[in-house]
Amino acid sequence: MVSITATVSEIEELARRCRIEIVKMVHRAQAGHPGGSLSEIDLIAGLYSTSLRVRPDDPDWADRDRFILSKGHASPGMYALLAEKGFIRHEDLHSYRVLGGICQGHVDMKWCPGVDFSAGSLGMGLSFGMGCALAARIDGSERRAFVMLGDGEIQEGSIWEAAMAAAHHELGNLKVILDRNRIQNDDFCLEQMRMFDIPAKWKAFGWNVKEIDGHDMNEIVEGIKFLDASNDAPSILIAHTVKGKGVSFMEDNPSFHGAAPNDEQFALAMAELGAVE
Amino acid sequence: MRTAATRDGYGQALLELAENNRVVVLEADLGKSTKSLHFRKAHPDRTISCGIGEQNMLLVAAGLASSGYIPFASTFAIFTERAFEQMRNGVARPNLAVHLCGSHGGTHTGTDGSSAQSIEDLAIYRTLPNVTVLHPCDDVSTRLLTKQLAESKNPSYMRTARNKTPVLYDDTDPSTIQIGKGIELRNGSDVAIIACGVLVSEALKAADALSEKGIQATVIDMHTIKPLDSKLVDKVAARCGAIVTAEDHSVIGGLGGAVAEHLSASSCTPLERVGVHDRFGESGQADEMLELMELSAPHIAKAAERAIHRK
Repeated sequence: MVSITATVSEIEELARRCRIEIVKMVHRAQAGHPGGSLSEIDLIAGLYSTSLRVRPDDPDWADRDRFILSKGHASPGMYALLAEKGFIRHEDLHSYRVLGGICQGHVDMKWCPGVDFSAGSLGMGLSFGMGCALAARIDGSERRAFVMLGDGEIQEGSIWEAAMAAAHHELGNLKVILDRNRIQNDDFCLEQMRMFDIPAKWKAFGWNVKEIDGHDMNEIVEGIKFLDASNDAPSILIAHTVKGKGVSFMEDNPSFHGAAPNDEQFALAMAELGAVE
Repeated sequence: MRTAATRDGYGQALLELAENNRVVVLEADLGKSTKSLHFRKAHPDRTISCGIGEQNMLLVAAGLASSGYIPFASTFAIFTERAFEQMRNGVARPNLAVHLCGSHGGTHTGTDGSSAQSIEDLAIYRTLPNVTVLHPCDDVSTRLLTKQLAESKNPSYMRTARNKTPVLYDDTDPSTIQIGKGIELRNGSDVAIIACGVLVSEALKAADALSEKGIQATVIDMHTIKPLDSKLVDKVAARCGAIVTAEDHSVIGGLGGAVAEHLSASSCTPLERVGVHDRFGESGQADEMLELMELSAPHIAKAAERAIHRK
Protein backbone atom coordinates (compact mmCIF):
# COMPACT_ATOMS: atom_id res chain seq x y z
CA MET A 1 0.00 0.00 0.00
CA VAL A 2 2.87 2.35 0.70
CA SER A 3 4.24 3.97 -2.38
CA ILE A 4 7.23 6.01 -1.47
CA THR A 5 7.03 8.89 -3.87
CA ALA A 6 9.66 10.98 -2.15
CA THR A 7 13.04 10.29 -0.65
CA VAL A 8 13.64 10.80 3.05
CA SER A 9 15.71 13.88 2.37
CA GLU A 10 13.00 15.31 0.16
CA ILE A 11 10.44 14.82 2.94
CA GLU A 12 12.80 16.43 5.43
CA GLU A 13 13.14 19.40 3.12
CA LEU A 14 9.36 19.60 2.76
CA ALA A 15 9.02 19.64 6.56
CA ARG A 16 11.64 22.40 6.82
CA ARG A 17 9.72 24.57 4.37
CA CYS A 18 6.52 23.90 6.30
CA ARG A 19 8.24 24.95 9.54
CA ILE A 20 9.11 28.29 8.00
CA GLU A 21 5.49 28.81 6.95
CA ILE A 22 4.22 27.78 10.40
CA VAL A 23 6.32 30.40 12.15
CA LYS A 24 5.45 33.01 9.53
CA MET A 25 1.72 32.36 9.94
CA VAL A 26 1.77 32.62 13.70
CA HIS A 27 4.00 35.70 13.59
CA ARG A 28 1.75 37.45 11.07
CA ALA A 29 -1.39 36.65 13.07
CA GLN A 30 0.35 37.33 16.40
CA ALA A 31 -1.69 34.41 17.65
CA GLY A 32 -1.93 30.67 17.18
CA HIS A 33 -0.18 27.48 18.16
CA PRO A 34 3.39 27.10 16.92
CA GLY A 35 4.60 24.47 19.41
CA GLY A 36 2.27 21.64 18.42
CA SER A 37 2.53 22.55 14.75
CA LEU A 38 6.31 22.21 14.85
CA SER A 39 6.13 18.92 16.76
CA GLU A 40 3.65 17.32 14.34
CA ILE A 41 4.96 18.54 11.03
CA ASP A 42 7.53 15.81 10.32
CA LEU A 43 4.77 13.24 10.82
CA ILE A 44 2.27 15.00 8.60
CA ALA A 45 4.87 15.60 5.91
CA GLY A 46 5.84 11.92 6.08
CA LEU A 47 2.26 10.75 5.81
CA TYR A 48 1.31 12.97 2.88
CA SER A 49 4.52 12.08 1.05
CA THR A 50 4.15 8.32 1.36
CA SER A 51 0.92 6.55 2.16
CA LEU A 52 -1.96 8.99 2.12
CA ARG A 53 -4.07 8.65 -1.00
CA VAL A 54 -5.44 12.10 -1.74
CA ARG A 55 -5.75 14.31 -4.80
CA PRO A 56 -4.79 17.97 -4.40
CA ASP A 57 -6.71 18.83 -7.59
CA ASP A 58 -9.79 16.93 -6.36
CA PRO A 59 -9.85 17.37 -2.58
CA ASP A 60 -13.40 16.01 -2.25
CA TRP A 61 -12.62 12.78 -4.13
CA ALA A 62 -15.03 10.39 -2.41
CA ASP A 63 -12.62 7.49 -2.15
CA ARG A 64 -9.69 9.46 -0.72
CA ASP A 65 -8.03 8.48 2.51
CA ARG A 66 -9.15 10.80 5.29
CA PHE A 67 -6.69 12.79 7.37
CA ILE A 68 -8.25 14.11 10.53
CA LEU A 69 -6.23 16.60 12.54
CA SER A 70 -7.96 16.10 15.86
CA LYS A 71 -5.56 18.47 17.61
CA GLY A 72 -7.06 21.15 15.41
CA HIS A 73 -5.35 24.08 17.11
CA ALA A 74 -2.12 22.91 15.46
CA SER A 75 -3.62 24.13 12.20
CA PRO A 76 -0.59 26.06 10.90
CA GLY A 77 1.16 22.73 10.36
CA MET A 78 -1.69 21.42 8.28
CA TYR A 79 -2.17 24.62 6.30
CA ALA A 80 1.54 24.76 5.50
CA LEU A 81 1.43 21.18 4.24
CA LEU A 82 -1.75 21.79 2.21
CA ALA A 83 -0.07 24.76 0.56
CA GLU A 84 3.12 22.81 -0.19
CA LYS A 85 1.05 19.97 -1.69
CA GLY A 86 -1.11 22.32 -3.77
CA PHE A 87 -4.47 21.92 -2.07
CA ILE A 88 -4.42 25.64 -1.34
CA ARG A 89 -2.25 28.52 -2.52
CA HIS A 90 0.66 29.88 -0.54
CA GLU A 91 -1.07 33.27 -0.44
CA ASP A 92 -3.98 31.56 1.34
CA LEU A 93 -1.67 31.14 4.31
CA HIS A 94 -1.97 34.88 4.80
CA SER A 95 -5.64 34.32 5.66
CA TYR A 96 -4.77 32.43 8.84
CA ARG A 97 -6.99 33.83 11.62
CA VAL A 98 -8.11 36.68 9.34
CA LEU A 99 -11.81 37.48 8.95
CA GLY A 100 -13.21 35.57 5.97
CA GLY A 101 -10.00 33.59 5.49
CA ILE A 102 -10.06 29.91 4.54
CA CYS A 103 -7.37 29.24 7.15
CA GLN A 104 -9.59 29.48 10.22
CA GLY A 105 -7.96 29.45 13.65
CA HIS A 106 -8.71 25.75 13.96
CA VAL A 107 -8.94 23.53 10.89
CA ASP A 108 -12.45 23.55 9.45
CA MET A 109 -13.80 21.28 6.70
CA LYS A 110 -16.33 23.91 5.65
CA TRP A 111 -13.67 26.51 5.00
CA CYS A 112 -10.53 24.88 3.69
CA PRO A 113 -9.99 22.42 0.81
CA GLY A 114 -8.22 19.28 1.96
CA VAL A 115 -9.52 19.48 5.52
CA ASP A 116 -11.71 16.49 6.40
CA PHE A 117 -12.83 17.45 9.89
CA SER A 118 -13.85 20.60 11.70
CA ALA A 119 -11.69 20.42 14.79
CA GLY A 120 -10.96 22.77 17.64
CA SER A 121 -12.53 20.90 20.53
CA LEU A 122 -10.17 18.19 21.73
CA GLY A 123 -11.11 14.53 21.93
CA MET A 124 -13.43 14.50 18.93
CA GLY A 125 -11.39 13.45 15.91
CA LEU A 126 -10.95 9.80 16.78
CA SER A 127 -14.70 9.21 16.93
CA PHE A 128 -15.17 11.06 13.65
CA GLY A 129 -12.39 9.00 12.09
CA MET A 130 -14.09 5.86 13.32
CA GLY A 131 -17.23 6.95 11.47
CA CYS A 132 -15.20 7.49 8.30
CA ALA A 133 -13.59 4.06 8.71
CA LEU A 134 -16.98 2.40 9.20
CA ALA A 135 -18.33 4.16 6.12
CA ALA A 136 -15.39 2.83 4.10
CA ARG A 137 -16.06 -0.66 5.34
CA ILE A 138 -19.77 -0.52 4.52
CA ASP A 139 -18.88 0.87 1.10
CA GLY A 140 -16.46 -1.99 0.54
CA SER A 141 -13.73 0.58 -0.07
CA GLU A 142 -10.01 0.26 0.66
CA ARG A 143 -9.78 3.83 1.88
CA ARG A 144 -8.43 4.48 5.37
CA ALA A 145 -8.94 7.09 8.07
CA PHE A 146 -5.78 8.56 9.62
CA VAL A 147 -6.23 10.57 12.82
CA MET A 148 -3.60 12.78 14.42
CA LEU A 149 -4.03 13.08 18.18
CA GLY A 150 -2.12 15.18 20.67
CA ASP A 151 -0.92 13.60 23.87
CA GLY A 152 -2.68 16.09 26.13
CA GLU A 153 -5.80 15.38 24.11
CA ILE A 154 -6.01 11.78 25.22
CA GLN A 155 -6.90 13.03 28.68
CA GLU A 156 -10.39 13.53 27.23
CA GLY A 157 -12.64 10.62 28.25
CA SER A 158 -14.33 10.42 24.87
CA ILE A 159 -11.01 9.33 23.32
CA TRP A 160 -11.31 6.12 25.28
CA GLU A 161 -14.92 5.59 24.29
CA ALA A 162 -13.69 5.73 20.71
CA ALA A 163 -10.63 3.57 21.38
CA MET A 164 -12.80 0.84 22.86
CA ALA A 165 -15.43 1.06 20.13
CA ALA A 166 -12.93 1.02 17.25
CA ALA A 167 -11.28 -2.13 18.57
CA HIS A 168 -14.68 -3.73 19.18
CA HIS A 169 -15.55 -3.13 15.54
CA GLU A 170 -12.11 -4.37 14.43
CA LEU A 171 -11.50 -1.27 12.35
CA GLY A 172 -8.17 -2.09 10.81
CA ASN A 173 -8.64 0.84 8.44
CA LEU A 174 -8.44 3.31 11.34
CA LYS A 175 -4.88 4.57 11.94
CA VAL A 176 -3.77 6.98 14.62
CA ILE A 177 -0.60 9.00 14.95
CA LEU A 178 -0.06 10.34 18.46
CA ASP A 179 2.08 13.46 18.70
CA ARG A 180 3.71 12.75 22.05
CA ASN A 181 5.28 16.16 22.65
CA ARG A 182 4.79 16.03 26.45
CA ILE A 183 3.46 19.58 26.75
CA GLN A 184 -0.11 20.82 26.94
CA ASN A 185 -1.65 24.28 27.24
CA ASP A 186 -0.77 25.21 30.80
CA ASP A 187 2.38 23.21 31.41
CA PHE A 188 4.16 19.88 30.94
CA CYS A 189 1.76 16.90 30.84
CA LEU A 190 3.62 15.48 33.82
CA GLU A 191 2.43 18.45 35.85
CA GLN A 192 -1.10 18.69 34.45
CA MET A 193 -2.12 15.04 34.28
CA ARG A 194 0.24 12.12 34.35
CA MET A 195 -0.76 9.54 31.77
CA PHE A 196 1.45 6.70 32.94
CA ASP A 197 2.04 3.92 30.41
CA ILE A 198 0.43 5.22 27.23
CA PRO A 199 1.45 2.31 24.94
CA ALA A 200 0.12 -0.18 27.49
CA LYS A 201 -3.20 1.64 27.60
CA TRP A 202 -3.69 1.37 23.83
CA LYS A 203 -2.56 -2.26 23.81
CA ALA A 204 -5.04 -3.01 26.58
CA PHE A 205 -7.78 -1.44 24.47
CA GLY A 206 -6.97 -3.87 21.66
CA TRP A 207 -4.85 -1.68 19.40
CA ASN A 208 -1.66 -2.43 17.50
CA VAL A 209 1.01 -0.13 18.90
CA LYS A 210 4.41 1.06 17.68
CA GLU A 211 6.65 3.77 19.09
CA ILE A 212 9.03 5.89 17.04
CA ASP A 213 11.14 9.02 17.18
CA GLY A 214 8.72 11.49 15.57
CA HIS A 215 11.52 13.62 14.12
CA ASP A 216 13.59 10.85 12.50
CA MET A 217 12.21 10.62 8.99
CA ASN A 218 13.50 7.09 8.46
CA GLU A 219 11.63 5.98 11.57
CA ILE A 220 8.55 7.93 10.49
CA VAL A 221 8.49 6.16 7.12
CA GLU A 222 8.91 2.80 8.86
CA GLY A 223 6.13 3.75 11.29
CA ILE A 224 3.77 4.62 8.47
CA LYS A 225 4.58 1.26 6.87
CA PHE A 226 3.57 -0.33 10.18
CA LEU A 227 0.24 1.52 10.09
CA ASP A 228 -0.33 0.47 6.50
CA ALA A 229 0.37 -3.16 7.23
CA SER A 230 -1.76 -3.42 10.37
CA ASN A 231 -5.21 -4.21 9.12
CA ASP A 232 -6.55 -6.67 11.66
CA ALA A 233 -7.26 -4.04 14.30
CA PRO A 234 -6.93 -0.29 14.69
CA SER A 235 -3.34 0.86 15.00
CA ILE A 236 -1.51 3.67 16.69
CA LEU A 237 1.92 5.11 16.04
CA ILE A 238 3.15 6.81 19.18
CA ALA A 239 5.61 9.38 17.96
CA HIS A 240 7.95 10.88 20.55
CA THR A 241 8.39 14.48 19.56
CA VAL A 242 9.68 17.78 20.86
CA LYS A 243 7.23 20.63 21.15
CA GLY A 244 8.44 23.57 19.09
CA LYS A 245 10.96 21.37 17.24
CA GLY A 246 13.31 23.31 14.97
CA VAL A 247 13.17 26.68 16.72
CA SER A 248 15.57 26.71 19.65
CA PHE A 249 13.68 28.98 22.00
CA MET A 250 10.37 27.19 21.36
CA GLU A 251 11.71 23.69 21.88
CA ASP A 252 10.30 21.97 24.95
CA ASN A 253 8.95 25.32 26.10
CA PRO A 254 5.33 25.36 27.35
CA SER A 255 5.20 29.12 26.71
CA PHE A 256 5.06 28.48 22.97
CA HIS A 257 2.07 26.15 23.02
CA GLY A 258 -0.14 29.05 22.09
CA ALA A 259 1.94 32.18 21.72
CA ALA A 260 3.42 34.06 18.79
CA PRO A 261 7.05 35.14 18.49
CA ASN A 262 7.85 38.84 18.54
CA ASP A 263 9.82 40.41 15.67
CA GLU A 264 13.19 39.68 17.21
CA GLN A 265 12.30 36.07 17.95
CA PHE A 266 10.83 35.75 14.48
CA ALA A 267 14.09 36.83 12.86
CA LEU A 268 15.99 34.33 14.95
CA ALA A 269 13.57 31.54 14.04
CA MET A 270 13.86 32.33 10.34
CA ALA A 271 17.62 32.19 10.58
CA GLU A 272 17.56 28.87 12.40
CA LEU A 273 15.19 27.37 9.84
CA GLY A 274 17.31 28.58 6.95
CA ALA A 275 14.68 30.85 5.49
CA VAL A 276 15.91 32.84 2.50
CA GLU A 277 14.41 36.27 1.93
CA MET B 1 -59.13 5.62 20.15
CA ARG B 2 -55.93 3.67 19.52
CA THR B 3 -53.01 4.49 21.78
CA ALA B 4 -49.30 4.04 21.00
CA ALA B 5 -45.90 5.37 22.00
CA THR B 6 -44.13 7.75 19.64
CA ARG B 7 -40.92 5.74 20.00
CA ASP B 8 -42.71 2.91 18.16
CA GLY B 9 -43.33 5.25 15.25
CA TYR B 10 -39.60 6.00 15.17
CA GLY B 11 -38.73 2.30 15.10
CA GLN B 12 -41.22 1.66 12.31
CA ALA B 13 -39.87 4.56 10.26
CA LEU B 14 -36.30 3.25 10.49
CA LEU B 15 -37.47 -0.09 9.14
CA GLU B 16 -39.23 1.59 6.26
CA LEU B 17 -36.18 3.75 5.55
CA ALA B 18 -33.96 0.69 5.30
CA GLU B 19 -34.62 0.36 1.58
CA ASN B 20 -32.35 3.38 1.23
CA ASN B 21 -28.96 1.71 1.61
CA ARG B 22 -27.36 4.98 2.78
CA VAL B 23 -29.39 4.85 5.99
CA VAL B 24 -27.39 3.61 8.99
CA VAL B 25 -28.44 3.27 12.61
CA LEU B 26 -26.35 3.91 15.71
CA GLU B 27 -27.16 2.68 19.19
CA ALA B 28 -25.78 3.27 22.67
CA ASP B 29 -27.12 0.18 24.42
CA LEU B 30 -30.71 1.41 24.41
CA GLY B 31 -31.96 0.12 21.07
CA LYS B 32 -34.59 -1.98 22.80
CA SER B 33 -35.94 1.16 24.39
CA THR B 34 -35.63 3.67 21.54
CA LYS B 35 -36.97 1.00 19.15
CA SER B 36 -34.06 0.98 16.76
CA LEU B 37 -33.81 -2.73 17.58
CA HIS B 38 -36.18 -3.60 14.72
CA PHE B 39 -33.72 -2.09 12.24
CA ARG B 40 -30.85 -3.90 13.96
CA LYS B 41 -32.58 -7.25 13.59
CA ALA B 42 -33.30 -6.71 9.92
CA HIS B 43 -30.04 -4.94 9.00
CA PRO B 44 -27.23 -5.77 11.45
CA ASP B 45 -24.66 -4.79 8.81
CA ARG B 46 -25.89 -1.21 8.90
CA THR B 47 -26.37 -0.97 12.66
CA ILE B 48 -23.48 0.22 14.80
CA SER B 49 -23.30 -0.51 18.49
CA CYS B 50 -21.44 2.25 20.28
CA GLY B 51 -21.81 0.69 23.69
CA ILE B 52 -22.66 3.02 26.53
CA GLY B 53 -20.79 5.91 24.94
CA GLU B 54 -22.94 8.75 23.67
CA GLN B 55 -20.14 11.21 22.93
CA ASN B 56 -18.46 8.74 20.63
CA MET B 57 -21.78 7.81 19.01
CA LEU B 58 -22.54 11.36 17.90
CA LEU B 59 -19.19 11.81 16.20
CA VAL B 60 -19.12 8.36 14.63
CA ALA B 61 -22.44 9.42 13.13
CA ALA B 62 -20.81 12.66 11.97
CA GLY B 63 -18.01 10.73 10.28
CA LEU B 64 -20.54 8.52 8.52
CA ALA B 65 -22.53 11.56 7.41
CA SER B 66 -19.37 13.17 6.00
CA SER B 67 -18.88 9.99 3.96
CA GLY B 68 -22.34 10.12 2.40
CA TYR B 69 -24.39 8.08 4.84
CA ILE B 70 -27.63 9.11 6.57
CA PRO B 71 -27.14 8.25 10.22
CA PHE B 72 -29.94 7.89 12.74
CA ALA B 73 -28.59 7.75 16.30
CA SER B 74 -30.75 7.28 19.34
CA THR B 75 -30.60 6.99 23.09
CA PHE B 76 -32.65 8.40 25.96
CA ALA B 77 -33.28 12.14 25.60
CA ILE B 78 -31.43 12.76 28.83
CA PHE B 79 -28.31 10.92 27.67
CA THR B 80 -28.15 12.75 24.36
CA GLU B 81 -27.38 15.78 26.48
CA ARG B 82 -24.11 14.23 27.58
CA ALA B 83 -22.98 14.61 23.97
CA PHE B 84 -24.26 18.16 23.60
CA GLU B 85 -20.88 19.61 22.72
CA GLN B 86 -20.30 16.85 20.18
CA MET B 87 -23.67 17.78 18.66
CA ARG B 88 -22.67 21.43 18.72
CA ASN B 89 -19.11 21.27 17.45
CA GLY B 90 -19.01 18.02 15.52
CA VAL B 91 -22.48 17.92 13.95
CA ALA B 92 -24.25 21.31 13.89
CA ARG B 93 -21.19 23.43 13.12
CA PRO B 94 -20.12 21.52 10.00
CA ASN B 95 -23.86 21.01 9.27
CA LEU B 96 -23.63 17.25 8.89
CA ALA B 97 -27.05 15.62 8.54
CA VAL B 98 -26.95 13.43 11.62
CA HIS B 99 -30.39 12.63 13.02
CA LEU B 100 -30.42 12.29 16.78
CA CYS B 101 -33.46 10.86 18.51
CA GLY B 102 -33.95 11.19 22.25
CA SER B 103 -36.58 8.82 23.52
CA HIS B 104 -38.15 8.78 26.98
CA GLY B 105 -38.29 12.57 27.05
CA GLY B 106 -40.14 14.61 29.62
CA THR B 107 -41.62 13.86 33.02
CA HIS B 108 -44.16 11.58 31.28
CA THR B 109 -41.34 9.03 31.24
CA GLY B 110 -42.43 8.25 34.75
CA THR B 111 -41.14 6.01 37.46
CA ASP B 112 -37.44 6.08 36.57
CA GLY B 113 -37.55 9.46 38.25
CA SER B 114 -35.88 12.79 37.72
CA SER B 115 -32.53 11.48 36.44
CA ALA B 116 -34.30 10.09 33.36
CA GLN B 117 -36.80 12.90 32.81
CA SER B 118 -35.25 15.31 30.32
CA ILE B 119 -37.02 18.65 30.65
CA GLU B 120 -34.42 20.75 28.83
CA ASP B 121 -33.57 18.85 25.64
CA LEU B 122 -35.74 20.91 23.31
CA ALA B 123 -34.30 24.12 24.73
CA ILE B 124 -30.66 23.22 24.36
CA TYR B 125 -30.88 21.80 20.83
CA ARG B 126 -32.98 24.76 19.73
CA THR B 127 -30.03 27.06 20.40
CA LEU B 128 -27.86 25.32 17.79
CA PRO B 129 -27.68 26.81 14.29
CA ASN B 130 -28.65 24.40 11.48
CA VAL B 131 -30.48 21.96 13.78
CA THR B 132 -34.14 21.04 13.23
CA VAL B 133 -35.96 20.22 16.48
CA LEU B 134 -39.03 17.99 16.52
CA HIS B 135 -41.35 16.60 19.16
CA PRO B 136 -44.27 14.75 17.54
CA CYS B 137 -47.41 13.74 19.40
CA ASP B 138 -48.29 10.30 18.06
CA ASP B 139 -46.74 7.32 16.36
CA VAL B 140 -48.16 8.17 12.94
CA SER B 141 -46.65 11.65 12.81
CA THR B 142 -43.42 10.39 14.34
CA ARG B 143 -43.13 7.80 11.58
CA LEU B 144 -43.86 10.32 8.82
CA LEU B 145 -41.57 13.03 10.19
CA THR B 146 -38.71 10.59 10.78
CA LYS B 147 -38.96 9.48 7.17
CA GLN B 148 -38.85 13.11 6.02
CA LEU B 149 -35.67 13.64 8.02
CA ALA B 150 -33.87 11.20 5.77
CA GLU B 151 -34.34 13.71 2.94
CA SER B 152 -33.11 16.66 5.00
CA LYS B 153 -29.73 18.28 4.46
CA ASN B 154 -29.60 19.46 8.07
CA PRO B 155 -28.99 17.69 11.35
CA SER B 156 -31.93 17.17 13.65
CA TYR B 157 -33.00 16.33 17.15
CA MET B 158 -36.30 14.54 17.69
CA ARG B 159 -37.77 13.77 21.08
CA THR B 160 -40.00 10.74 21.40
CA ALA B 161 -41.88 9.50 24.45
CA ARG B 162 -41.74 6.25 26.33
CA ASN B 163 -45.44 5.88 27.18
CA LYS B 164 -48.51 5.51 25.07
CA THR B 165 -50.70 8.45 24.13
CA PRO B 166 -53.78 8.70 21.89
CA VAL B 167 -53.11 8.31 18.16
CA LEU B 168 -54.48 11.39 16.42
CA TYR B 169 -53.51 10.87 12.80
CA ASP B 170 -54.65 7.39 11.82
CA ASP B 171 -57.11 8.82 9.32
CA THR B 172 -55.14 11.87 8.29
CA ASP B 173 -53.76 12.62 4.83
CA PRO B 174 -50.02 12.03 5.33
CA SER B 175 -49.17 14.99 3.11
CA THR B 176 -50.56 17.35 5.78
CA ILE B 177 -47.78 16.33 8.19
CA GLN B 178 -44.65 18.21 7.17
CA ILE B 179 -41.52 19.33 9.02
CA GLY B 180 -41.89 23.00 9.89
CA LYS B 181 -45.69 23.15 9.51
CA GLY B 182 -47.88 23.22 12.60
CA ILE B 183 -51.17 21.35 12.32
CA GLU B 184 -54.43 23.04 13.26
CA LEU B 185 -56.43 20.32 14.96
CA ARG B 186 -59.28 22.50 16.13
CA ASN B 187 -60.40 25.94 15.03
CA GLY B 188 -61.75 28.36 17.65
CA SER B 189 -61.52 32.12 18.01
CA ASP B 190 -61.24 32.75 21.76
CA VAL B 191 -57.82 31.30 22.55
CA ALA B 192 -55.15 29.26 20.76
CA ILE B 193 -53.45 26.35 22.51
CA ILE B 194 -50.13 25.53 20.88
CA ALA B 195 -48.91 22.16 22.13
CA CYS B 196 -46.32 19.53 21.31
CA GLY B 197 -45.70 15.90 22.13
CA VAL B 198 -47.65 14.17 24.84
CA LEU B 199 -49.55 17.36 25.69
CA VAL B 200 -51.31 17.65 22.32
CA SER B 201 -53.98 15.19 23.37
CA GLU B 202 -54.24 16.97 26.72
CA ALA B 203 -54.75 20.22 24.82
CA LEU B 204 -57.64 18.65 22.90
CA LYS B 205 -59.22 17.56 26.18
CA ALA B 206 -58.76 21.06 27.52
CA ALA B 207 -60.48 22.45 24.42
CA ASP B 208 -63.43 20.13 25.05
CA ALA B 209 -63.69 21.37 28.64
CA LEU B 210 -63.43 24.99 27.54
CA SER B 211 -66.12 24.44 24.92
CA GLU B 212 -68.54 23.37 27.65
CA LYS B 213 -67.96 26.80 29.18
CA GLY B 214 -68.64 28.50 25.86
CA ILE B 215 -64.97 29.16 25.10
CA GLN B 216 -63.88 28.11 21.63
CA ALA B 217 -60.21 27.15 21.47
CA THR B 218 -57.90 26.63 18.55
CA VAL B 219 -55.55 23.67 19.09
CA ILE B 220 -52.28 23.37 17.22
CA ASP B 221 -49.88 20.45 17.13
CA MET B 222 -46.55 22.26 16.86
CA HIS B 223 -44.45 19.16 16.28
CA THR B 224 -41.59 21.25 14.88
CA ILE B 225 -40.11 23.47 17.56
CA LYS B 226 -37.43 24.73 15.17
CA PRO B 227 -37.88 26.16 12.64
CA LEU B 228 -41.00 27.48 14.36
CA ASP B 229 -44.04 27.89 12.14
CA SER B 230 -44.20 31.58 12.99
CA LYS B 231 -46.74 32.34 10.26
CA LEU B 232 -49.18 30.01 11.94
CA VAL B 233 -48.42 31.56 15.34
CA ASP B 234 -49.14 35.00 13.89
CA LYS B 235 -52.32 33.76 12.25
CA VAL B 236 -53.80 32.31 15.42
CA ALA B 237 -52.55 35.24 17.49
CA ALA B 238 -54.51 37.58 15.23
CA ARG B 239 -57.58 35.38 15.28
CA CYS B 240 -57.69 34.52 18.99
CA GLY B 241 -55.82 37.33 20.75
CA ALA B 242 -54.65 34.95 23.48
CA ILE B 243 -52.22 32.04 23.36
CA VAL B 244 -51.30 29.10 25.60
CA THR B 245 -48.31 26.87 24.99
CA ALA B 246 -48.25 23.37 26.45
CA GLU B 247 -45.26 21.04 26.66
CA ASP B 248 -43.83 18.37 28.93
CA HIS B 249 -40.62 20.39 29.16
CA SER B 250 -39.29 23.35 31.07
CA VAL B 251 -41.15 26.59 30.45
CA ILE B 252 -37.67 27.99 29.83
CA GLY B 253 -36.47 27.74 26.27
CA GLY B 254 -38.67 25.08 24.69
CA LEU B 255 -41.90 25.54 22.73
CA GLY B 256 -43.11 28.18 25.18
CA GLY B 257 -39.81 29.97 24.96
CA ALA B 258 -39.84 29.85 21.17
CA VAL B 259 -43.37 31.21 20.93
CA ALA B 260 -42.63 33.90 23.54
CA GLU B 261 -39.54 35.00 21.63
CA HIS B 262 -41.54 35.26 18.44
CA LEU B 263 -44.51 37.10 19.97
CA SER B 264 -42.28 39.58 21.75
CA ALA B 265 -41.10 40.74 18.34
CA SER B 266 -44.50 40.72 16.64
CA SER B 267 -47.92 41.10 18.24
CA CYS B 268 -47.18 40.85 21.98
CA THR B 269 -50.31 38.69 22.29
CA PRO B 270 -50.97 37.54 25.89
CA LEU B 271 -49.23 34.20 26.40
CA GLU B 272 -49.49 31.63 29.18
CA ARG B 273 -46.91 28.86 29.21
CA VAL B 274 -47.87 25.43 30.53
CA GLY B 275 -44.76 23.42 31.24
CA VAL B 276 -42.39 22.36 33.98
CA HIS B 277 -41.74 25.37 36.20
CA ASP B 278 -38.00 25.34 36.78
CA ARG B 279 -37.90 22.25 38.94
CA PHE B 280 -36.98 18.57 38.65
CA GLY B 281 -39.43 15.70 38.62
CA GLU B 282 -39.61 12.53 40.70
CA SER B 283 -40.78 8.93 40.38
CA GLY B 284 -44.42 8.60 39.42
CA GLN B 285 -46.73 7.18 36.78
CA ALA B 286 -47.06 9.21 33.58
CA ASP B 287 -50.53 10.52 34.47
CA GLU B 288 -49.43 11.27 38.01
CA MET B 289 -46.48 13.27 36.68
CA LEU B 290 -48.71 15.35 34.41
CA GLU B 291 -50.81 16.21 37.47
CA LEU B 292 -47.86 16.90 39.74
CA MET B 293 -46.22 19.15 37.17
CA GLU B 294 -49.54 20.87 36.38
CA LEU B 295 -49.42 19.85 32.72
CA SER B 296 -52.70 17.98 32.31
CA ALA B 297 -55.87 19.15 30.54
CA PRO B 298 -57.43 20.99 33.52
CA HIS B 299 -54.22 23.00 33.96
CA ILE B 300 -54.14 23.85 30.27
CA ALA B 301 -57.79 24.96 30.43
CA LYS B 302 -57.06 27.18 33.44
CA ALA B 303 -54.12 28.72 31.62
CA ALA B 304 -56.42 29.40 28.65
CA GLU B 305 -58.80 31.30 30.87
CA ARG B 306 -55.93 33.30 32.32
CA ALA B 307 -54.72 34.18 28.84
CA ILE B 308 -58.22 35.26 27.78
CA HIS B 309 -58.52 37.40 30.91
CA ARG B 310 -55.35 39.26 29.91
CA LYS B 311 -56.70 40.30 26.49
